[in-house]
Amino acid sequence: MLYLLSNGVNGMRNTSLLKKVLCLLTFLVLATQAAAAGTAVAAKPLGKRIVLENGMVLLLSEKHDIPMVTVSMAIKAGNTAAPAEKPGIASLTASLLTQGTARRTAGQISSEIDFIGGSLSVSGGDDFASAGLRVLKKDLTIGFDLLADVLMNPVFDQKEIDRKVKEILASIQQQKDEPGVVAGEAFTKEVFGRNSYGQTNEDVAAYLPKLTRQEIVDFYHARYGPNNAVVAIVGDVTEAEIVPLLNRYFKGWKQSERTLPASIDPPGIEKNIVRKINKDITQANIAMGHLGISRSNPDYYAVMIMNYILGGGGFSSRLMDSIRDNKGLAYDVHSSVVALKEPGSFEITIQTKNESANEVIAESLKEVGRIRSELVAEKELADAKAYLTGSFPLRMDTSAKIAGILVSIEIYNLGLDFPQKYAGIINSVTREDIFRVAKKYLHPDRMVIVVVANQEKAKLKY
Amino acid sequence: MRIIKVVALISLLSVSIAAMSFAQDLKVTEKVLPNGLKVLLKEEHKAPVVTFQVWYKVGSRNEKLGRTGVSHVLEHMMFKGTKKYGPKQFSQTVQRNGGNDNAFTGRDYTAYFENFASDRIAISLDLESDRMQNLLLDPRDFQSERDVVKEERRMRTDDDPTSTMVEQMTAAAFIAHPYQWPVIGWMADLGSLTRDDLVEHYRRYYAPNNATIVVAGDFDTKTLLPQIEKYFGRIPRGPAVPAVGAVEPRQLGERRIVVKQQAELPAVFAGYHTPDIKHADSFALDVLQGILSSGKSSRLYKALVYEKQLALYAGGDYDNIANDPSLFYVYAGVMPGKTTDEVEQALYAEIEKLKTTPVADEELQKAKNQIESSFIMGQDSIFYQAMLLGQFETVANWKLLETYIDTVRAVTKEDVMRVATQYFTQDNRTVGILVPTKK
Repeated sequence: MLYLLSNGVNGMRNTSLLKKVLCLLTFLVLATQAAAAGTAVAAKPLGKRIVLENGMVLLLSEKHDIPMVTVSMAIKAGNTAAPAEKPGIASLTASLLTQGTARRTAGQISSEIDFIGGSLSVSGGDDFASAGLRVLKKDLTIGFDLLADVLMNPVFDQKEIDRKVKEILASIQQQKDEPGVVAGEAFTKEVFGRNSYGQTNEDVAAYLPKLTRQEIVDFYHARYGPNNAVVAIVGDVTEAEIVPLLNRYFKGWKQSERTLPASIDPPGIEKNIVRKINKDITQANIAMGHLGISRSNPDYYAVMIMNYILGGGGFSSRLMDSIRDNKGLAYDVHSSVVALKEPGSFEITIQTKNESANEVIAESLKEVGRIRSELVAEKELADAKAYLTGSFPLRMDTSAKIAGILVSIEIYNLGLDFPQKYAGIINSVTREDIFRVAKKYLHPDRMVIVVVANQEKAKLKY
Repeated sequence: MRIIKVVALISLLSVSIAAMSFAQDLKVTEKVLPNGLKVLLKEEHKAPVVTFQVWYKVGSRNEKLGRTGVSHVLEHMMFKGTKKYGPKQFSQTVQRNGGNDNAFTGRDYTAYFENFASDRIAISLDLESDRMQNLLLDPRDFQSERDVVKEERRMRTDDDPTSTMVEQMTAAAFIAHPYQWPVIGWMADLGSLTRDDLVEHYRRYYAPNNATIVVAGDFDTKTLLPQIEKYFGRIPRGPAVPAVGAVEPRQLGERRIVVKQQAELPAVFAGYHTPDIKHADSFALDVLQGILSSGKSSRLYKALVYEKQLALYAGGDYDNIANDPSLFYVYAGVMPGKTTDEVEQALYAEIEKLKTTPVADEELQKAKNQIESSFIMGQDSIFYQAMLLGQFETVANWKLLETYIDTVRAVTKEDVMRVATQYFTQDNRTVGILVPTKK
């Protein structure tokens, strides 16, 4: 984990570029909001879908301007693929893949990828584990040799397991210093309960020390296989060269289980739940919201536009306008819709000085109430549509972004013509749709409200 | 989520040295307008997008104690309107056109940007030329935005124990140079800033002769350059910008600071005074940084995190894209059960090795390969390319980028050993320790 030195570039005006970039990534990966814009969208498909010999799905987008190749994989081996009583096993397994294979030690893997100036990573997630590879074109075979090796032949050495568990536990401890993380964890727990999306640091820290090597090995064999994997490749390769390469390197990768363990329903919430967590800090970190929708919900696009107007649209959003621009009460205020395979969350996130916590919560509830009780203005909707469709080219302007969209297209079944369809989908949403979904999916009287703050100063009325 | 955020931060903003390398001919068109405005244009037609950036040569380096943070507050106010575009209209106009805009302030620069589909570039011309000269600086907006910046400071620094420690350590490392104070400013200074301070800062530094326009992406130079001349050429040249004369004297002995804060784990940072990008030693120090901290096979990660399991994270950061000499940081977060002292000594042990044993040929080559491939891969993003040009031009000269890789390639293991010996001395370092206090 790296640390940004405070005297580097800083002091961004917005929620910061980085956060913005992160939001964008989140959108691409979680929400697949790959806006197709009015004029600038190319008519040609984004890429090609090819089923490989072993059943793995390849999405290929050739891009020959730079001699490099970007690979992004999604493997159905996230938290939802693991038994609910084993929190953390999915992420731990993912992080151990690069820590030693039948042919290479952890040190050899990092030396090889570092020597060619590339990057290789595997990490966990809610629905999917992700693997990433980036190499120069000339190092393509070294790259795939490494990627296939870590995915197909991990050995899960006990020493590496111990080391990684220690590291995760320490990292969890350190994250207690981050009030935003503390608030997010408490929010997640209240909203999702024992559902797989509700795994918190606390759950993981309690379980990992008990976890045995055999459980990891079993999870790996059950979930990692070509029939559970999607690979997107963007860069300086042709179909004729990449398909045989993949067939060769991923040959013999064993098929894995397709069915997921039964999921546990999130708890029903009947009235507002307020969680106050005391911490000796200067700002109240507020996380408020509730269960959201799944990516496949037909109302997804209307909800996304509704959220843009409410709090997702940066300086064009109502929450930002009111709480930051008019009142000067926060630097960062936004709402987000996380739509996954199963219903994710709707969440408003704000940091404000302890003393302003009540005012900010009241204002947020007011805005949620307003969008449920009156039609949005025609201009607001037109502006939201203009942004979402017009910014499409920016969402595909790097290899990594294209790879992210390709993966989303496959895992959410959006179709390779998604970029061409997108503007039409967005433009068909009406003010009445926004009103309807706001009423249906926003519940200001059934919210989880988490406030991490110096409670003495915050004097919460909630 | 948080971890992803930190990584995103580093990869985008800390402008990793490893990615700033070269190419013989960057195919940049350079033009200086009669009013002193420099224009750098880099056509790149691989995607139908364009980034438009304005870099002003002003940052916290141009501030005074008691008024720190003024550059950054002014940056916020640049979004608060002109006569032509009222409050809130800047970002909304950009977004309505499918664009993203933002700005950032550093020690040596304040930069503004819009990213658009390529057919929307005229909007940048209009908005940026307007706010270069016609900013309203409404008194009520100023009061409210100053509060926003205070919230920003609370979030970034005051409620983050490690950031607080690094801020204080940096303040101790410089006694005569403005790099001692944080870009965001001291909290009390933010409270006493006035609108007049901002007006003065704006008049003094926001002028074509103190700015660089960088555009990268899908445009036609022959069409765009006359448009830039039309929009910006009519803005009068401002008075000469006062030079910053401060020179940090040689450090005459180790300085140590301790920050006691409620925190879970201790952290150790050490900063060594080192030259900036304009100095020949900068290249060997870059390579050295790669050896110490680029990738999981790098020395600090391997020794402190992997083998000895003393640290949760460990690395080095050479802060050389600056107008004046700054620091080379080495740092580590302490694992539970380990002591700050053990970790500090382990950091120094790695530094000492560099002075006494030549790096292996393969290790040297690895560091160079990493720098070179990062440069090539960095070309994937037009935003990043423009950002490098803007940064280099602001603190030195963008043309340094064209020779960068060649100069890095020429670094020898003797160079690495020499710079390690010369700069990484006990007398030349400032050490910051975060000591957790728990209720």
